[in-house]
Amino acid sequence: MDAVAGNREGRRKVRLATASLAGCFGCHMSFLDIDERLFELVERVEFDRSPLTDIKHCGPCDIGLIEGGICNAENVHVLREFRSHCKVLIAVGACAVNGGLPAQRNHLDLGQCLQEIYLTAPDVVSGQIPNDPELPLPLDKVHPIHEIVRIDYFIPGCPPSGDAIWKFLTDLLDGRTPRLGHPMLHFD
Amino acid sequence: MTQPSILLDGQPVPFADGQTIMDAAMAADIFIPHLCHHPEFKPQGSCKLCTVKASGRYVSACTMPARDGMEVENNSPDLNDKRRTLLQMLFVEGNHFCPSCEKSGNCMLQALAYELEMLSPHFDQFYPNRPVDASHPEVLLDFNRCILCELCVRASRDVDGKSVFSLSGRGIDKHLIVNAESGRLADSDFSWADKAAHVCPVGVILRKREGFAVPIGKRRYDVEPIGMQVERLAARSAGEAYEDCGEG
Repeated sequence: MDAVAGNREGRRKVRLATASLAGCFGCHMSFLDIDERLFELVERVEFDRSPLTDIKHCGPCDIGLIEGGICNAENVHVLREFRSHCKVLIAVGACAVNGGLPAQRNHLDLGQCLQEIYLTAPDVVSGQIPNDPELPLPLDKVHPIHEIVRIDYFIPGCPPSGDAIWKFLTDLLDGRTPRLGHPMLHFD
Repeated sequence: MTQPSILLDGQPVPFADGQTIMDAAMAADIFIPHLCHHPEFKPQGSCKLCTVKASGRYVSACTMPARDGMEVENNSPDLNDKRRTLLQMLFVEGNHFCPSCEKSGNCMLQALAYELEMLSPHFDQFYPNRPVDASHPEVLLDFNRCILCELCVRASRDVDGKSVFSLSGRGIDKHLIVNAESGRLADSDFSWADKAAHVCPVGVILRKREGFAVPIGKRRYDVEPIGMQVERLAARSAGEAYEDCGEG
């Protein structure tokens, strides 16, 4: 894991990118729950593409954190961009790991879902199914990210706690095999 | 004459005549992962989580009778890798969304995934379509989480004498059914007082109008890993199951 070894001896900072795909940003909020340890982190890490930097495209990175599963075409593009630019790609949270809550639409027909939500629901007045060309097309099923690209590590949890994310990242930065024991490893 | 014993991971573990490897291990407070085994019911060895290596052969610890001098490998990287793969297959075959499951924290499938450090499902998800049965006034049946352990089948048939549940179909089409002409739980004579209501190791059989009585994070396997709870698992009985309204 030398590729992502930290910056203790004045070496270049590790570049870290993050994105939320079909997620709720809860895992990013949990990431912020490392609180004042963020100061320690930015000593060793430089943020690339992330909601924290508002950088729109991912450059060459050491670590990529992906929250959320894959529910539309744009998610696929972002995920592939991360895979091609990140040496180590990590699935963060239940939705990235197994599709999570968005995947609970998978047994329903997508066309019927859109019909019901935008046209036939009782409180809809002159509704229409959104069709702006800028909108990414939804996929018929939601998928976890390991079904699209190779994933190096998984941090389960809804969300994983700030402590779990911190433990995982510091293990990785310090060159240890990342490991979450009881009670940091949880699926809920 | 000294008591016969097996060598479990190199440690002598005594057993009584008629005991299986699982019985002997549990009595000695040694954890062998398992899902379909329950000390009150006749073992059937279907989940294969308790697979151990006895005298060089893979066998189910819950069905294999202990024999004097038998060398048994249990807690080894090789066996735990295989068990983790079995868990991953169980997870992708059903719809196991822990964050929205009332059984989360009390679920044996989830607890074993923690114990064996299963971090991802690894395989592609099946996402099967398994509608829930909410017809019964007291109990919800969520088939999405069924792992076909047959504990409810055995409890209903052998203890309650009602045979409310059964498995139907073969191979990947095998599924849990309710023994009523309509197939609905409401049309069976099932009741919350039945033993079968309290043995599900996962979140299929749930009591209605009772949610989050114990908060997430404070539940049975949140507090202590399942591998440390052998004594409780061995002591599972009708009395205890009725008390905690849940996993058997």
